[in-house]
Amino acid sequence: MNLLARLTGGVPARSLWCLGALLVLLLVAPALLGKYGLSVLILVLYFAFVGQAWNIMMGFAGQLSLGHALYAGVGGYIAAGLFFHYGIGPWAGVFVAVAAAVAAGSIVGYLGFRFSLAGVYFALLTIAFSEFTRIAFDHWGWAGGSGGLFLKVDAASDILNLRGGPLLFYYVILALAAGTFILCRLLLESRLGRYWLAIREDPEAAQAVGVPVLRCKMIAIVISAALTALAGVWNAFYYNNLFPETAFAMGRSIEFTLAPIIGGLGTLFGPIVGAVVLTGLGEIFTDLSEVFHISGLKQIFYGLALLVIVMYRPAGVWPWIAERFGFGEKRR
Amino acid sequence: MSGARLELDGIAKSFRGLRAVHAVSFEVPGGAINALIGPNGAGKTTIFNMIAGVYRPDSGSVRLDGRQISGLRPDLVCDAGVGRTFQIVKPFKGLSVLENVTVGALHRRPTLPDARAYAADILMQLGLHDRRHQAAESLTLPDRKRLEVARALATEPKLLLLDEVMAGLRPTEIDVMVTFLQELNRRTGLTILLIEHVMRAVMALASNIVVVSYGEKIAEGTPAEIARHQAVLDVYLGEAEPA
Repeated sequence: MNLLARLTGGVPARSLWCLGALLVLLLVAPALLGKYGLSVLILVLYFAFVGQAWNIMMGFAGQLSLGHALYAGVGGYIAAGLFFHYGIGPWAGVFVAVAAAVAAGSIVGYLGFRFSLAGVYFALLTIAFSEFTRIAFDHWGWAGGSGGLFLKVDAASDILNLRGGPLLFYYVILALAAGTFILCRLLLESRLGRYWLAIREDPEAAQAVGVPVLRCKMIAIVISAALTALAGVWNAFYYNNLFPETAFAMGRSIEFTLAPIIGGLGTLFGPIVGAVVLTGLGEIFTDLSEVFHISGLKQIFYGLALLVIVMYRPAGVWPWIAERFGFGEKRR
Repeated sequence: MSGARLELDGIAKSFRGLRAVHAVSFEVPGGAINALIGPNGAGKTTIFNMIAGVYRPDSGSVRLDGRQISGLRPDLVCDAGVGRTFQIVKPFKGLSVLENVTVGALHRRPTLPDARAYAADILMQLGLHDRRHQAAESLTLPDRKRLEVARALATEPKLLLLDEVMAGLRPTEIDVMVTFLQELNRRTGLTILLIEHVMRAVMALASNIVVVSYGEKIAEGTPAEIARHQAVLDVYLGEAEPA
């Protein structure tokens, strides 16, 4: 099968076995973990998923977005609002949510890329859009304004409306993360993916060999925004509340970038490894800070982790692991 | 693949009032190898950039086989059949040598295995095949120049613009590149326009030479004619003192 061949072509057999084992392990994990363990794993998968979405733009196409909270926020708010006001469940609402995030991404992308804003200037544009969307939502009655939007917490499981316990949310986020992993692999092993890498490395040289730079960048931001919106919808229904102050916060946008940076920009597995390191260890530090009554240990750990990575493993944790253990994924 | 005819018709370009190129016209017949020479700052690279679509000429037009290409975006100029190298080399540094050339090959061969096979073939011809798995940033300058040529060729152009690909090469390496280009031109009929300071290469390759100075064309002719041309000698050697 052509698709399967493209998916697995050139990947060492041991990597495939390990991936398969990992997937099985993740599928049975809820039976092995307690309630707390599951909640941590859910967070890990969430950050792995948004990290993968962000990595498509920065890691693959080389476009720095520091405003990805915009897409998650817009997606989450729209799906939650449709459910809250009209009883439209998220399985339908997600299409509207994704469409809205895609529209937002297209506007940001077109303004930035059409007028050749590069690097930090483009990043500033993404921050600006995220910020003024936050202010707009602060004043938008339909979305609850600055007081926030709350979904009724139902104990009863209702899969059709994405209502239920952690187990449901665990499998949904696992499906999203695993699906995106496969999507990223297919994208990278395509003409579009190679064009993204070329744009990341040198846009002028890319254009000279026939790469339609503007179109490729637009596709990158649209895919990235759509996936991030999915994460936003999931997040809204998992936590059941939304506030503009947190949904569109600069801090949230930064949070989305950490896993891929720590794990390895532009790699397939980097965002996942980064999420394990950051969220996993981050939770341990949260516990420690409670035990020892020192607040902010987690933040200190995040800062130190970034520092250590930037200084000693600037390509990220995953390329280093991959090389040591022969899993054979390089940064491309 | 056969060569396309290039016509420049009075192209001009100014940067903030500074005249870089003024009404330059010349023609490169299909299948020919011609050279564009002139002192540093004469406007040679600006002319290349106008052909390749990086700059839109303020006036005049560029035609490829009679079709106007000036004003098109660089990727569309590539599409029309123009491949170019950069004077200051621009490899995709983080990618391997093979992947660099594969990106070029993808232009007309949309599937990766196809493009990769074609790229490997071109690397073989340019003697870079042994280094195909190295990162492009680890290459020496002469190899980077070769990589520029390979990547441009991978787009299967009808006109190849070479911007000082001999600079920094040793004489023996220059001879290898000259032989490669002659062979390529003979085999495929590819039209080549080169900017070059290495006269050894220009004299060996070009059937016709265009000389520019201060943004204007000052001479055009066969290598033998150019070598004797008074205006060219003045530009390169300084004007003779009046007796």
